[in-house]
Amino acid sequence: MSFSITEPSPRQKWIAGTLVIAYALLTLIPLLWIIATGFKTPSDAIAYPPKVIFSPSLEGYVNLFTSRSRVTPEDLAALGPPTTWYDAIVRQYDMVITGPSRYGERFLNSVIIGFGSTFLSVFLGTIAAYAFSRFKVPLKDDLLFFILSTRMMPPIAVAIPIFLMYRQLGLSDTHLGMIFLYTAVNLSLSVWLLKGFIDEIPIEYEEAALIDGYTRFQAFYKIVLPQAATGIASTAIFCLIFAWNEYAFAALLTSGTAQTAPPFIPTIIGTGGKDWPAVAAGATLFLVPIMVFTILLRKHLLRGITFGAVRK
Amino acid sequence: MSEPMARRIASATPSGLAHRIRGLSDRTIAWLFVAPTIFLLLAVNIFPLIWTIRLSLTDFRTNRPNNPVKFVGIENYKKILTDVDTWTSLQSTAHFLIWTIVLQVLIGFTLAYLINKKFRGNDLWTTLIVLPMMLSPAVVGNFWTFLYQPQIGLFNYFIEFFSGTDPASFSMIGEVNLAPWAIVIVDTWMWTPFVMLICLAGLRSIPSSIYEAAECDRASKWRQFWTITIPMVLPFLMLAVLFRGIENFKMFDLVVQLTGGGPGSTTQLVSIDLKREAFEKWRTGYASAYAVILFVTVFGLASIYVKALNKVKDR
Repeated sequence: MSFSITEPSPRQKWIAGTLVIAYALLTLIPLLWIIATGFKTPSDAIAYPPKVIFSPSLEGYVNLFTSRSRVTPEDLAALGPPTTWYDAIVRQYDMVITGPSRYGERFLNSVIIGFGSTFLSVFLGTIAAYAFSRFKVPLKDDLLFFILSTRMMPPIAVAIPIFLMYRQLGLSDTHLGMIFLYTAVNLSLSVWLLKGFIDEIPIEYEEAALIDGYTRFQAFYKIVLPQAATGIASTAIFCLIFAWNEYAFAALLTSGTAQTAPPFIPTIIGTGGKDWPAVAAGATLFLVPIMVFTILLRKHLLRGITFGAVRK
Repeated sequence: MSEPMARRIASATPSGLAHRIRGLSDRTIAWLFVAPTIFLLLAVNIFPLIWTIRLSLTDFRTNRPNNPVKFVGIENYKKILTDVDTWTSLQSTAHFLIWTIVLQVLIGFTLAYLINKKFRGNDLWTTLIVLPMMLSPAVVGNFWTFLYQPQIGLFNYFIEFFSGTDPASFSMIGEVNLAPWAIVIVDTWMWTPFVMLICLAGLRSIPSSIYEAAECDRASKWRQFWTITIPMVLPFLMLAVLFRGIENFKMFDLVVQLTGGGPGSTTQLVSIDLKREAFEKWRTGYASAYAVILFVTVFGLASIYVKALNKVKDR
């Protein structure tokens, strides 16, 4: 290893490391607190001083997935002993489970809309990006800027006519309507990111393929697509994360059938005050997949968040 | 390289023949590939925008679709620009925008600077720091109201722990003078990693040979910082500010879940105000005019800013 005068000294590294780790731990507290609260009993959750050490309970998760109603102690006694562990938890509070809650449906909606719109926006984005990258498209720069500028509109501003338009077309509160909407919102990201990735693939491979008698289409899916695979995958994850997290459109345009989890989770309430363990349990299940994706994506994170403007 | 090989071959072939030999021509493929994207964006962005502009000149109300719609010209625009509420919202937005950007730039740059010292494990910690930014603002914002609870909230506990203030004596989201800071704190917590990542890219783009040369010229570390590090990171930093600026001007989800615009209208940012006009008071025409004004403002400010950014880059 060659000696460098610009290499930080061990002491500098130690100080820098300590400060960064301190910040990271501080910034992770709210997230760890969400996960911890999900495993607390309601009384532990609102204890003061806040309980760091507690005996874990699945009450939050049970409350998240069920709807319950209160019964008199006599009725409860008449029911006989609880048959399942979750029955047992609920009965401590003189309640019985009356059915599943809406959380499962809402979560499923998030999955359907998230994956549906991701697939569409990555598919459309890939072919558009390929065209922008390889062909002379008239007004190319203007079109690319137009695509980017659609991201500047405040969602609420576009929501008014979309709300009216969807009502006319019968698309309000439908999965299809939300998939189209999120696809359109994500297209700017996917076109810009993918154009960057495809620009990086040397054009010579395709030229060689064309000379060997491949058609453009063949060259596209046999040569370009495999080489752009990593780029396509990371673009897909970014689109998915956006659709997964989106709140404004979901809150304004969906209320029942197609409502996703973000507008639903804050509305979870318990009997007598907000059921924070259930909210935290819902949030945990919703957030943890994204945390995993973020860790998988770390190499492309910067590129994704800047629309490909910074590539490292 | 002037004209790529393939294109020369393709253009040398007559188009009708090329169609038979190679399938579709490049031009057709280009249009075929770009058209769906452009079409969808026109349908979901431009068409609504034109509709918004049209609505903004009327007194249409969505909740009374059978009322006759009257053309009112620029009346809505006049009303909005002279309404005190609009200016209060703009002020709240400005407060939010300025403080989040100042704090995020300071903390984000410092973190990037420290991470760039390449201590062991810096990659792992960087990834962990980034986590809050990737999560759903609405879900996380909602949970922050729990952390901000007086008496039981973790945030209030921390304040008590470090300053001895009674945790039941203040409510971050319930008090007029604290709520604007409550939203600044959460946004800073969430989005500082964004600025940090971009600054880090900037710092890593500086070739170490520049520092080596400065070292040979006996420039002090302080001087190196101000004459090399800062100017070289500046374009990156400005890009980060542009992104955060646009995002926070549009801010809706995080703040609506945290405070809902309250108490009173102290944290009623423009997007929240607009949502109330459009979807609670159902003054569709008025809200449309409001939306147009906001869009023009973002677009205008962003264009001016991008010009400045390009100047810095070219220097």
